[in-house]
Amino acid sequence: MSELKLPSIDYAALAPILIMLGAALLGVLVEAFVPRRLRNAVQLALALVAALAAITMVIVKSDARLVTAGGAIAVDGPTLFLQGAILVLAVMALLLVGERTVERGGAFVAHAAVTAESPEDRKQADGVGGATEVYPLISFAIGGMLIFVAANDLLTMFISLEVFSLPLYLLCALARRRRLLSQEAAMKYFLLGAYASAFFLFGVALIYGFTSGIPGRGAGVDFATVHAAVGESSSSQVLLFAGMALLAIGLLFKAAAAPFHVWTPDVYQGAPTPVTGFMAACTKVAAFGALLRVFHVAFAGASWDFTPVIGVVAVLTMLVGAVLAVTQTDIKRLLAYSSIANAGYLLVGVLAPSKEGLSGTMFYLAAYGFSVLAAFAVVTLVRDADGEATHLSRWAGLGRRSPFFAAIFTFILLAFAGIPLTSGFTSKFAVFGPALEADQAWLVIAGVLTSMVLAFPYLRVVVMMWLSEPGEATPTVTVPGALTSAALMIGVLATLVLGVVPGPLLDLTTGAAEFVR
Amino acid sequence: MSNFPFLSVLTVAPLVGALVVALLPRRRPDLAKLVAFGWSLLVLVLSVVMWFAFSADGDRFQFRESYAWIPNWGVRFTFEVDGIALVMLMLIAILVPLVILASWHDAEQSKRSVPVYFALLLVLECTMIGVFAAADVFLFYVFFEVMLVPMYFLIGSYGGHQRQYAAVKFFLYSLVGGLFMLAAVIGLWVVGGKTFDWQALSQAEFATNTARWLFLGFFLAFAIKAPFFPFHTWLPDAGGAAPAGAAALLVGVLDKVGTFGILRYCLPLFPEASRWFAPYALALGVIGIIYAALLAVGQNDLKRLVSYTSIAHFGFIGVGIFAFTTQAGTGAVLYMLNHGLATGLLFLVVGMLIARRGSALISDFGGAGKLVPVLAGVLFFAGLASLALPGTAPFVSEFLVLIGTFTVNKPVAVIATLGIILAAAYVLWMVQRTTQGTLNPALTEVEGMRRDLSLREKVVVAPLIALIVLLGFYPKPVTDVINPAVQATMQDVGKSDPAPEVGSVQEASK
Repeated sequence: MSELKLPSIDYAALAPILIMLGAALLGVLVEAFVPRRLRNAVQLALALVAALAAITMVIVKSDARLVTAGGAIAVDGPTLFLQGAILVLAVMALLLVGERTVERGGAFVAHAAVTAESPEDRKQADGVGGATEVYPLISFAIGGMLIFVAANDLLTMFISLEVFSLPLYLLCALARRRRLLSQEAAMKYFLLGAYASAFFLFGVALIYGFTSGIPGRGAGVDFATVHAAVGESSSSQVLLFAGMALLAIGLLFKAAAAPFHVWTPDVYQGAPTPVTGFMAACTKVAAFGALLRVFHVAFAGASWDFTPVIGVVAVLTMLVGAVLAVTQTDIKRLLAYSSIANAGYLLVGVLAPSKEGLSGTMFYLAAYGFSVLAAFAVVTLVRDADGEATHLSRWAGLGRRSPFFAAIFTFILLAFAGIPLTSGFTSKFAVFGPALEADQAWLVIAGVLTSMVLAFPYLRVVVMMWLSEPGEATPTVTVPGALTSAALMIGVLATLVLGVVPGPLLDLTTGAAEFVR
Repeated sequence: MSNFPFLSVLTVAPLVGALVVALLPRRRPDLAKLVAFGWSLLVLVLSVVMWFAFSADGDRFQFRESYAWIPNWGVRFTFEVDGIALVMLMLIAILVPLVILASWHDAEQSKRSVPVYFALLLVLECTMIGVFAAADVFLFYVFFEVMLVPMYFLIGSYGGHQRQYAAVKFFLYSLVGGLFMLAAVIGLWVVGGKTFDWQALSQAEFATNTARWLFLGFFLAFAIKAPFFPFHTWLPDAGGAAPAGAAALLVGVLDKVGTFGILRYCLPLFPEASRWFAPYALALGVIGIIYAALLAVGQNDLKRLVSYTSIAHFGFIGVGIFAFTTQAGTGAVLYMLNHGLATGLLFLVVGMLIARRGSALISDFGGAGKLVPVLAGVLFFAGLASLALPGTAPFVSEFLVLIGTFTVNKPVAVIATLGIILAAAYVLWMVQRTTQGTLNPALTEVEGMRRDLSLREKVVVAPLIALIVLLGFYPKPVTDVINPAVQATMQDVGKSDPAPEVGSVQEASK
């Protein structure tokens, strides 16, 4: 019997992941042992401290370029940058989640089974800090995402996919207002997500089969083996193509790319708004981080085969997102379709197989995350007695009632529309330039054309807010608490700064734009 | 003095002014107006100093400044001007204070914040100066797009009838053009060696097909902005809905960005493509001249009528640019200035008339000259300038365009000349129906129609009238500045003026 060899593990490089998962477990204990009235403060502090500690570890290890944990985790430039981005955006999302002054009892139910208007529900509304299960759930999700962008083999990737998806399904169901909508959203997300995971796993199995054909080397699903197999395997190419397609379906589902996008509007609308913001920002970063790694590391040799297909998906995504955004009447659904269209632009970046392309995509992910979180932060503030007023007609004349927040939202919308001096413009430039260089002019043209279409819905909201007269039903903007204000300010400032002086972040992404194999 | 960073200071100054004005208390609108007016006068003074610091027979580009911005993409804050840009900067600096003065009471009718209106005008001035002063393609694009935002709010918040529709249409049309240009800008950057510097790019060589595509991207944006037929439909709506002052800037300056862009970017960067596309551009120009003039004849709304006349004039400018002769080119650039003065004046006067009557419809007027003789006289003068009567500045430029075109392309010149006749038709008929003839009895009941021009309004129109007459008789100071830049542009395109043919007179007399 041969001796069992333990893989060497670089704990420092894994620290961000371990910190977040540890904090999530601690959070579960807090739920059990800390008195209810202290829980919210303790949980929020715990999650924030953990996220900040993890950010610190990312910065400390920012020069790490290594593969550890038996080849399961790759800590390299893209990993560290994307982990950092996820964590920073998660801090913003946590601030939104922790807000308790905008609505008594917070935006979350204790557990989804509590019926509306029941005594238990009213007890929460009367304000004992509200439900706090959301913190450990989010911490688990963040931990999963951190592994997802670092995963160096397909199985680790699958497991981390589940680790961050399951908490997200639950989080979607926790809205205190419009509970049925929220639970329906969670159900839909869960069912479709489960299918997507199954596709992914099936893809992993096929790829495993494909790698068994490499002469003189064992089968495996780590990216180095897959990469070698693409060039050398004697197995049927059908296995490779089918496997790649199934993997792509699983990942594109999370990225909300057409035609795997149908869950997005419903889930974005139904989920509690802070969670929607978290999904729109962090899940997008995680999903595209994984897509980048799978296509640029594992299947780099097959780029001639997947580029046209993913290109078509990208164009379709942009088209669907832009065209359907035009018809929306609910601000959260509008932002959902805009997020779909943005997934299309990001795919353009994924298809530019150069260092610039990778750097541009990462820049786009970070910049978009800040803007979209700020946008959802404003959505949480526009409310009336029944909670958030998300129907667009209700936003008419908001500029007259609350010019400051309307101005902020206008700025964010201009950023989404890609007007210069906002991060929306610089990030589009960052992905379109490398794509053009990679001879993908058709993708750039499609991107430009859909941007035109997409400008219309954004502009319509601006018109609603500024140029329409306020009606009877125009809600007011609630004065945000310190937490929401902080998140909003971070988002808006980042959108402005990345639009005016993108240089420093571009230096960072350019320096990080190299995978280890 | 020539080391003074004129261009960056000129660009930033209005922005600072806008911030100051916006932060003034809403309850003190008069203070905001005074500060805005004073600030725009400061910019004017600075521009005049710059005009005299520019040496007409010196380098083509002067006052170069360059600061790092986004090193990763080779983007720099690079400013420099040639004669063409300098003339446009002067036009902006002259028009903005006059527009502010003319819009003194415009914002009060709209229930919106008065200081914000004037702050928006100053922001607009900043972006307009920036767009003409930029010598970095990326920087130019940034100003080109950002310019939309203040104009959008000026039309949308302070405009008249159908302002929302007009504002959105304006924004979307311009954005569509801008996005085509963005694709072309990125393309230019990729094939041009990752630089945005105009000087470097103008030296670069591109493959024929690439250059044609890039030309098309830029040209579309500029053709929408100018606007040339058939991309013009946003202008009558925007011009009709905008407050008169903003409309004067929109048509007087903003649209010139289109023709300026063609001269500065399309022609020198893609000379072969420019020559290849020139027949089509000439055709668009000629169609625009005739078509827009015919539509102008049929308008019943004063501001829309003026907008259509502008489209016809932009046709002339387009013809002048794509005729590729120095005469026609100089005429086109001169026309850009003169059109800004004449149409700016016409818009402002029409605005004064509309403010008094409370209606923009020609049929609501009639015989107004009997009530407000001075205003009617100014309207008549502005109309004559607009139809390019000899003795007014636009005549010089129109004449230059036509003879410059005639030497190379007779049919185009002949058809374009018809536009002059139509111009007489729409202007004279408009003047006749509003100020001449029997007095419309409804007019006497309108309070405002009994007030003739106030001192403030006289101060607004006087400088413009003076300039139009002065440049009509003595355009040399301006042509001296324009000529070298136009000659250099024509050299870039690789066209030289046809040599005067010996014996051509005899041939013609046969």
